[in-house]
Amino acid sequence: MKIGTPKEIFEGEARVAMTPDSALQLQKLGHECLIEAGAGLAAGFTDAAYEAAGVKVVKTAATLWKNADVIAKVRPPSETEAKRLTADKTLISFFYPASNEALLELCKSKSASVIAMDMVPRISRAQKMDALSSMANIAGYRAVIEAGNNFGRFFTGQVTAAGKVPPAKVLVVGAGVAGLAAIGTATSLGAITYAFDVRPEVAEQIESMGAEFVFLEFEQNQDSGATGGYAAPSSPEFQEKQLAKFRELAPDIDIVITTALIPNRAAPILWTKDMVEAMKPGSVIVDLAAERGGNCELTKADEKIVTDNGVTIVGYTDFPSRMATQSSTLYSTNIRHMMTDLTPEKDGVMVHNMEDDVIRGATVTHAGEITFPPPPPKVQAIASAPKKEKPKELTPEEKKAKEIAAFKSETKRQVTLIGVGAVLLLAVGLVAPASFMQHFIVFVLAVFVGFQVIWNVAHSLHTPLMAITNAISSIIILGALLQIGSGSYLVILLSALSVFMAGVNIFGGFLVTRRMLAMFQKS
Amino acid sequence: MELGFTTAAYVVAAVLFILALGGLSGQESAKRAVWYGIVGMALAVFATLAGPGSGYWFLSLILIAGGGLIGYQLATRVQMTQMPELVAAMHSLVGLAAVFVGFNAHIELARVMAMDTDAKAVLEGFAALLSKKTSVEIAILRVELFLGVFIGAITFTGSVIAYGKLAGKVTSAATKLPGGHMLNAAAAAISVLCLIWYFNTGGILPLVIMTAAALFIGYHLIMGIGGADMPVVVSMLNSYSGWAAAAIGFSLGNDLLIVTGALVGSSGAILSYIMCKAMNRHFVSVILGGFGGPQGPAAAIEGEQIAIDSDGVAAALNDADSVIIIPGYGMAVAQAQQSVSELTRKLRAKGKNVRFAIHPVAGRLPGHMNVLLAEAKVPYDIVLEMDEINEDFPDTDVAIVIGSNDIVNPAAQDDPNSPIAGMPVLECWKAKQVFVSKRGQGTGYSGIENPLFFKENTRMFYGDAKASIDSLLPKID
Repeated sequence: MKIGTPKEIFEGEARVAMTPDSALQLQKLGHECLIEAGAGLAAGFTDAAYEAAGVKVVKTAATLWKNADVIAKVRPPSETEAKRLTADKTLISFFYPASNEALLELCKSKSASVIAMDMVPRISRAQKMDALSSMANIAGYRAVIEAGNNFGRFFTGQVTAAGKVPPAKVLVVGAGVAGLAAIGTATSLGAITYAFDVRPEVAEQIESMGAEFVFLEFEQNQDSGATGGYAAPSSPEFQEKQLAKFRELAPDIDIVITTALIPNRAAPILWTKDMVEAMKPGSVIVDLAAERGGNCELTKADEKIVTDNGVTIVGYTDFPSRMATQSSTLYSTNIRHMMTDLTPEKDGVMVHNMEDDVIRGATVTHAGEITFPPPPPKVQAIASAPKKEKPKELTPEEKKAKEIAAFKSETKRQVTLIGVGAVLLLAVGLVAPASFMQHFIVFVLAVFVGFQVIWNVAHSLHTPLMAITNAISSIIILGALLQIGSGSYLVILLSALSVFMAGVNIFGGFLVTRRMLAMFQKS
Repeated sequence: MELGFTTAAYVVAAVLFILALGGLSGQESAKRAVWYGIVGMALAVFATLAGPGSGYWFLSLILIAGGGLIGYQLATRVQMTQMPELVAAMHSLVGLAAVFVGFNAHIELARVMAMDTDAKAVLEGFAALLSKKTSVEIAILRVELFLGVFIGAITFTGSVIAYGKLAGKVTSAATKLPGGHMLNAAAAAISVLCLIWYFNTGGILPLVIMTAAALFIGYHLIMGIGGADMPVVVSMLNSYSGWAAAAIGFSLGNDLLIVTGALVGSSGAILSYIMCKAMNRHFVSVILGGFGGPQGPAAAIEGEQIAIDSDGVAAALNDADSVIIIPGYGMAVAQAQQSVSELTRKLRAKGKNVRFAIHPVAGRLPGHMNVLLAEAKVPYDIVLEMDEINEDFPDTDVAIVIGSNDIVNPAAQDDPNSPIAGMPVLECWKAKQVFVSKRGQGTGYSGIENPLFFKENTRMFYGDAKASIDSLLPKID
């Protein structure tokens, strides 16, 4: 198969879908690579570099479209480009099928296969070809750089001989890939970073990147597991609370980076006009959602504006393209991985396997039919968060009642035990002679003291406890000593043996206890 | 000397014994507490020798000194891994002494009863005490004496068997004679019959028959209990030796014996209770041996055990910030505690947070692991109990399981059909990575498959524990 990459014709687009490196990898799969002359120039890849990597440089776009079987590019095809497709060609590019219906129809009528890189399902296996994520990562980084470019102060706080510099406060709205990348960049530059997201489960990710999660108390939090890791529209009550929180934060924040997008919808307005007005002069807003209308009410797509109160609003839509070398490298790698999946035998033969979750999901037209939207993938992207049983908050009265009940049952238990014990003692006392009762009282008290004392023994000292009780239990020697002096030789013999054995025990037990205890050392 | 002096000395000795046990609540106070016990014992022996009723005190001193010499030899030579055996062996001595003293009491009683009033008047000591007893008191005395001998005899053979099992001289598997617990029940019934017989006649024959029956019960009961239940058995025998002393104290009318016996008895009883609770089993089911009750089919385990070599473990340890080590009986068997201590020292020197998690029934004796680690100079403040450390596993990078199995079995929590369901376990599988040092793929004492070994974050580090840990040491830098 011949894989060709034309020059991007979209105004200002600097990226390219094939780099010399990715071409080498594609050739290993058995494919031939073509590139239009000058396609990689804006991204820093010369034609000579491509030629050195074994890529055939083609003079014109028309020739390339004619010769290549697979066309890999970045932006969705223009009408002219789409008309060049034929039934045996496959196009791989961003496509946005939901908002490009006319284009979809056109590709269908040409019965070409179109694989939309923005439709790659979000499952673990497909991460290596998830171009949206790799581009969002770059956009997040670049957003902070753009903000810094337009911000008149340091990010990090410093105490210098020339005075104290407060750290910049950055708020990142939306903690997707772009948001997290922005958080990481902002914190590593030294800013105090806050982040907000409607999905509470990303709090951990936010904190792991070094930002503080702006917590919004709300009962029905979203579970993004069902929507494949993307945010879903939130309820009006939630939005109101969210805006109130932002309004409260606005005067303090120096830099706002908004990245909130909901799949297949216009971007939600999260940063209203009055919030912009509440911000300090010199503050910067970078709106990564500008292409879809913007999260900030005042955003103008593709423009940088300064409001009357001196707030800069950056509405560029081409952040990845502004870092064309980096984004071309990542995007071409995504394409290369897609081709790896499409050529399972690595023999240069493309197999468009519509049973494969990833390929099926990304394909929008195939064999003369529109295959968009795809069926839900068989594997769910992210396991649903387990529903947590919230422990019931007890009111003070309930708590009190519970405590009283516990106290009562405890009292009842103890009183019952004491009662039963007393009755048993009395019963014994009725029949037993006084001399026995004297000893019996001592016995009961000793057991009681024993129980009280032993409960306090540290777990780690249980072995020494056994050794020392062992030594102490040789108190039986007293019995033998008392008997040894009186009576027959048999008694003396048995007593003598007992004294001897108890002697072993006394010395052995105490010594070994001491030996053990001496070993317990503090660090 | 006066009786008053002896009694006063006994009171002081009893207080000192209580302080000795109470002092074991902390490692530092325990070092002082031993001295209380020693002084208490010395005082008691001295007061008895000096007090009325004892004779041949020179012979007694020689015997104590001779016994003491042997005790000293034993105590200084014993390896810390052999502690369970030593404790069991010493219990057997107390049990046998109780039997002897009980028989003596019987012989004396028979002799005194045979005398006429004039002869009784010139008696002194223990015999004099006996001579003053009324018939009701004598009846009670017989019961006390009978109980003392009975408990003492069970303690004796039980401890001998426990010693044999712990020392590996008797098979540690649970074995029973044909007839099982019916034999024990029959022996117990014979003992009860003998008690009635003895109570009525006072002859020596029922006493001898009962002693034989009790010796058999002690032997057969402990033979039927497997090796891993030994912590309960040893603490139970510890308790019995105390009760035997208390019963003898009753028959001799000696309060110090009663007090001390009761202290020891309750101490052993509490230890047994703690051990049983830690295994989530009833005392009766442990003593009767094996795992009782019908069980549903255990949940099938999916996955496979993945082995790892020492390079992999060392790499993970070098990367980890927090490490928890879970030692078990296997560590004691392999004598690996020194190597583990060395590993701990190296890891701590690198600034890593290394701690030990001890399950209450790890090892063959309550607190067995603590003593072994202390011997290997692991500081006791990084050795923590299950309850103290269980919550910390999710924040731990590496958990190392050395020679323990059932106490880290997640089936106890997940699988209601598992024989150990409900037993509290160390939740080591919540750590980011778990390494299990184990000799082979076998199951633990309870014969239960351990799903921990099949978990995704578990790697099996096969081989002798000591050799395995030693191979890690040079790789930690």
